Amino acid sequence: MERNHSLERSSEIELRLLIEAIYLKYSYDFRDYSGASIKRRVNHALSQFECATISALQEKVLHDPTAFMQLLQLLTIPVSEMFRDPSHFLAIRQEVVPLLKTYPSIKIWIAGCSTGEEVYSMAILLREEGLLDRTIIYATDINPRSLDKAKQGIFSMENVRAYTSNYQQAGGQRSFADYYTAAYGYAIFDKSLCENVTFADHSLATDSVFSETQLISCRNVLIYFNKKLQDRAFGLFHESLCHRGFLVLGSKETPDFSAFGNQFEPLVKQERIYRKS
Amino acid sequence: MNSAADLPSVEAIVIGASAGGVEALLNILSPLREGFVLPIIVVLHLPDERRSHLAEVFARRVAMRVVEVNDKTVIEAGTLYFATPGYHLSVELDRSFSLSLEDRVHYSRPAIDFLFESAADAYGPTLAAVLLTGANRDGASGMARIKDRGGLTIVQDPNEAQVATMPLAALATHQPDHILPIRGIGRLLVELERIAC
Repeated sequence: MERNHSLERSSEIELRLLIEAIYLKYSYDFRDYSGASIKRRVNHALSQFECATISALQEKVLHDPTAFMQLLQLLTIPVSEMFRDPSHFLAIRQEVVPLLKTYPSIKIWIAGCSTGEEVYSMAILLREEGLLDRTIIYATDINPRSLDKAKQGIFSMENVRAYTSNYQQAGGQRSFADYYTAAYGYAIFDKSLCENVTFADHSLATDSVFSETQLISCRNVLIYFNKKLQDRAFGLFHESLCHRGFLVLGSKETPDFSAFGNQFEPLVKQERIYRKS
Repeated sequence: MNSAADLPSVEAIVIGASAGGVEALLNILSPLREGFVLPIIVVLHLPDERRSHLAEVFARRVAMRVVEVNDKTVIEAGTLYFATPGYHLSVELDRSFSLSLEDRVHYSRPAIDFLFESAADAYGPTLAAVLLTGANRDGASGMARIKDRGGLTIVQDPNEAQVATMPLAALATHQPDHILPIRGIGRLLVELERIAC
């Protein structure tokens, strides 16, 4: 039993050293990510890279930027869907859009946009509400490959079939197929949806605010952060949002227990839609 | 196999269940007294619906405080926690919960393995784990990790389980401390709490 515990300590030391090495060498900061999930993903990477120990993986990625880029794909989680939690998007349409319409021009920040599903969902909703032409969307992520994929806007038809049902439940006004061209098992989304979208590399862990915004969507990103990093992210959102700006989060995320708990008030609590107080 | 006299002093109990799990869990948890001190953390596979009413159903039938986990919830004594549907549930080293959306494991999110493996790291030898009825292999690798870290493992007797696949998969990967029918598991939990208090 004692032997197991000392082994465990070694792997935890190695994990911390790997995360530190990645930060020092590549400036990707996973130091304040939730430990359990990072540990699982690093262990998964060990088998992918055929490394016996985390130390061996560290040596590999320190000396081989290509290997690091592969590891980054495993450390970030490109799991997303369009109109995830349809009732959330319905609430944005019903409760937020009427207020957004009062602004002459709108800036929206989609933080942690991954492969773009959330971006296309938001753009479609805004187009149907007549707001897309006067909106600028900043879609940011730390993973350059995810951003490339987001820019392309090509998704597998298999997934798009599931998104279609989400779209309808989210109050979609047209046929979802109006927004893409199907070819060879893929759906290529209408490029005009992204005319006013800027895709950019941005880290909630290390970068600062780049623009004033009226709405920030950051869904199922904060769950991967520890409390300290969550506080940093909420701080950035608070700084970026205009007076009475909107913050929308994933279905299990809340600013309530953060250092900014009393600086955001719920607009539709059940759907995790908040306003800067 | 340990006799009751050899039971360790644990700080938390994790339970995994799948097909047939609601009934099995109710039979184990309903008899527990109000104020049962040890936190109990449950992953129960359910068909994919985003908002489950598990916590409500159990709150009516169990004397403990029942909570559906939110991200960063700190684990407290005397509370029965249910994993949030659609998210994996992990225990952090500081004994708070974290949620994640990694791929499904054994077609399931939440996965029993994710809870068990992370709780094994957080609690080491002060964790007790119970694996109940189910039709897949989820939980087997988590049970092995808990045993490896010195925790106490309890598998429902496959002969009694509504679906034996899950208990049998766990038995194939490690030698548990106890193989018991539901009634025996309930009595063991009571004994674990008596020792812990």
